[in-house]
Amino acid sequence: MSGSEGTAVITAKALTKRFGDFEAVKGTDFEVRAGEAFGFLGPNGAGKSSTMRMIGAVSPVTSGELRIFGLDPADDGRKIRARLGVVPQQDELDEFLTVKDNLVIYGRYFDIPLKACREKAMELLEFVQLADRADSKVQPLSGGMKRRVTIARSLMSDPEILLLDEPTTGLDPQARHVLWDRLYRLKQQGVTLVLTTHYMDEAEQLCDRLVVMDQGEIAAEGSPAELIRTHSPREVLELRFPAGTNAEHAPKVEGVGARQEVLPDRILIYADDGEAALSEVHRRQAVPESALVRRSTLEDVFLRLTGRTLVE
Amino acid sequence: MELLNNHRPPITAGLIPPSLRDARRPHRVLERHWFVSRSGFFWILLGGFFEPFFYLVSTQLGFGSLIDDVEVGGELVSYVHFVAPALLAASAMNGAMYETMNVFFRMTFDKTYSSMLATPMTAGDVVLGDVFWATIRGGLYSAAFLVVMAVLGMTSSWWGLLLLPASLLVSFAFAGVGMAIATFIRSIEDFEYVPTAMLPMFLFSATFFPASSYGRFEWVLNFSPLYHGVALLRALNLGQFPPSIFTHVVVLFALAGLSIVLSAHRIERALLG
Ligand SMILES: Nc1ncnc2c1ncn2[C@@H]1O[C@H](COP(=O)(O)OP(=O)(O)O)[C@@H](O)[C@H]1O
Ligand SMILES: [Mg+2]
Repeated sequence: MSGSEGTAVITAKALTKRFGDFEAVKGTDFEVRAGEAFGFLGPNGAGKSSTMRMIGAVSPVTSGELRIFGLDPADDGRKIRARLGVVPQQDELDEFLTVKDNLVIYGRYFDIPLKACREKAMELLEFVQLADRADSKVQPLSGGMKRRVTIARSLMSDPEILLLDEPTTGLDPQARHVLWDRLYRLKQQGVTLVLTTHYMDEAEQLCDRLVVMDQGEIAAEGSPAELIRTHSPREVLELRFPAGTNAEHAPKVEGVGARQEVLPDRILIYADDGEAALSEVHRRQAVPESALVRRSTLEDVFLRLTGRTLVE
Repeated sequence: MELLNNHRPPITAGLIPPSLRDARRPHRVLERHWFVSRSGFFWILLGGFFEPFFYLVSTQLGFGSLIDDVEVGGELVSYVHFVAPALLAASAMNGAMYETMNVFFRMTFDKTYSSMLATPMTAGDVVLGDVFWATIRGGLYSAAFLVVMAVLGMTSSWWGLLLLPASLLVSFAFAGVGMAIATFIRSIEDFEYVPTAMLPMFLFSATFFPASSYGRFEWVLNFSPLYHGVALLRALNLGQFPPSIFTHVVVLFALAGLSIVLSAHRIERALLG
C-alpha cells in the first residue's frame, strides 16, 4: 500500500496544548495520510506525548483545530477512540490479569463479543510471538515482552490508525528489531502508523514522513531522505581532539566543510565529501585523536535545526 | 433522557457532565472486575457471611438480654430487633465503602482507568461501573447479613424482604460517597482519615440508641448519611411506612447522584488533562 497518495486521516492546524501557563504544543500544523507511517521525532519534553494524547482523544485541545477521520475529538471522542489503537508511552497493562485476559478484556471495552475476543487474542499473541505466555501474569514479563503485549492489545479492535508513543524506548537492540519488524508488517496490511521517537534510526527505519519537533514546535517536515538532503550536506566528518581541547581546535578547522558544530566531546564537520575534508584537516596540521567519516543522519538534521542533540 | 432531547439540550445538560451522558458501557467495568476476582469470589462471600454472624450472635447473647425494649414509631420492640437493621445498614455501608477505596489504586498505580479511557469508554462509564460494582459487593454482604438475621429470628415479618432492596440503596449511596472520597485521596497515608470519619458516624447515627435519646440535638442526625439508612431499614423491618422514609430514600439517592457527578469531574480532571 502506497501511503503518499492516501487521504488525510489526521489534520492539525495551529494545534496548541497548554498546561496552566506552560505551552507544551505551540501551534503545530501537520497532516497524516491513510496508510502511511508518520513520525514525530524530538527529544524529551518536545511535546510528542501531549500531541499523541490529543490525537487519542484523551486530552482536550487548548486551541487550534484537530480532526481525526474528519471528526472533532471535543464532540466525537468516543467514535474516534473506537477506531484507534493506542500504545501509550508507559505500558498500562492490567497486572491483575493474565496476558491473554488483558487482550480479551480490552476487546470487551470495544464491545467485541467474548468468543471473538478470545480468538483474536490468541491470533495477536501469535503475531507478537508471545502465544506461549498467554496464561502468564504480566508482571514477570520483560520490558520488550510487555511492549509487545501492549501492541497486541492495541490491535484487538482492528484499528485504522495505530498510535505508538515511543514504542521501543528502553528496549535492547534485539527487542527493538523484533518490534520494528511487526510494525512494518502492520503497515503492509494497511494500518496507518503514527509514532513518536527520539531515536533517529527508528524514525529512518519506520517513517515514510516525519516532523522534527522541538520545544512544542515543528522545525521541519518531510521524508527522512528529503530532510537529510535539504538540511544537511551528504557526509559528516567527526573529529575527536584530546579531552577539553575541542573548542581550542575549532578555529583551526574552521571552513573545512560547509558548516561545523562543536559538541562537548567532538567536532562535526559537514561536507559533501568527507574524505576530502579530512585531507584538508591534516593539511592544516590539526591532529585529532580519532577521525570518522559517516553519512548525514536525522540526528544531524536535528542538530542543524535546533542547535541541540536528540538524546542527551 | 434521549426521548426528551429533540434539538434543545435537556435541562440537566449543565449539571450532568458529558462523560456521564455518554456513558454506555459501565457493565464493561463490572466484567473486568469479575475477571480479576472470580477465582477468589467464594472466599469474599464467605467472609461477608461470618462478619455479620459474629456481630449478630454477640448482640443477641450480650445486649439482647440486658437492655429493655425500645420504642420505634409507637411500637415497642426488643433491643435486638432495634439494633439488627442498623447493623445491616452499617454492613451495607462498609461493604461498599471498602470496595471503593480500590478506586485510588485504579486511578494511580494500576492505571486501570487510563487504559479504559483510551477506548470508547468514558469517565462516566468508569465511575458508574465502579459504583455499581461496589454496590453489588455491599449488596452481597447485606444479603448474607439478612439471611443470618432471618435465621436468628431478628426480622420481624415478611416485610423484612424489603430490607434487601433498601440495603442495596444504602450500598449505592455509600459506593458513590466512597468513590468521590477516593478521588480526593493523594497518597496511602490519607486512607487513615476514612475510618476516623466512619467510626463516629457508625456510633452516632441512632445505631445503638433511639433518635429521641439525642434530645434537642436530634436534628443533627439528619446530617449523618448513615442515619438515613438506619432509619429506613429499621422502619421497613417493622413494616412501618412513616412519611419520613420518603425523605430517607430521597437523601440516599441524592447522595449517590451528587457523588457520581463529582467523581466523574474528578476522574476527568485527574486523567484527561
Ligand atoms: N499534565 C501535565 N501537566 C503539566 N505539564 C505537562 C503535563 N504533561 C506534559 N507536560 C509538560 O509538557 C512538556 C511536553 O511534554 P510531553 O508532551 O510529554 O513531551 P515528550 O513526549 O515529547 O517528551 C514537558 O515540559 C512536560 O513537562
Ligand atoms: Mg513522551
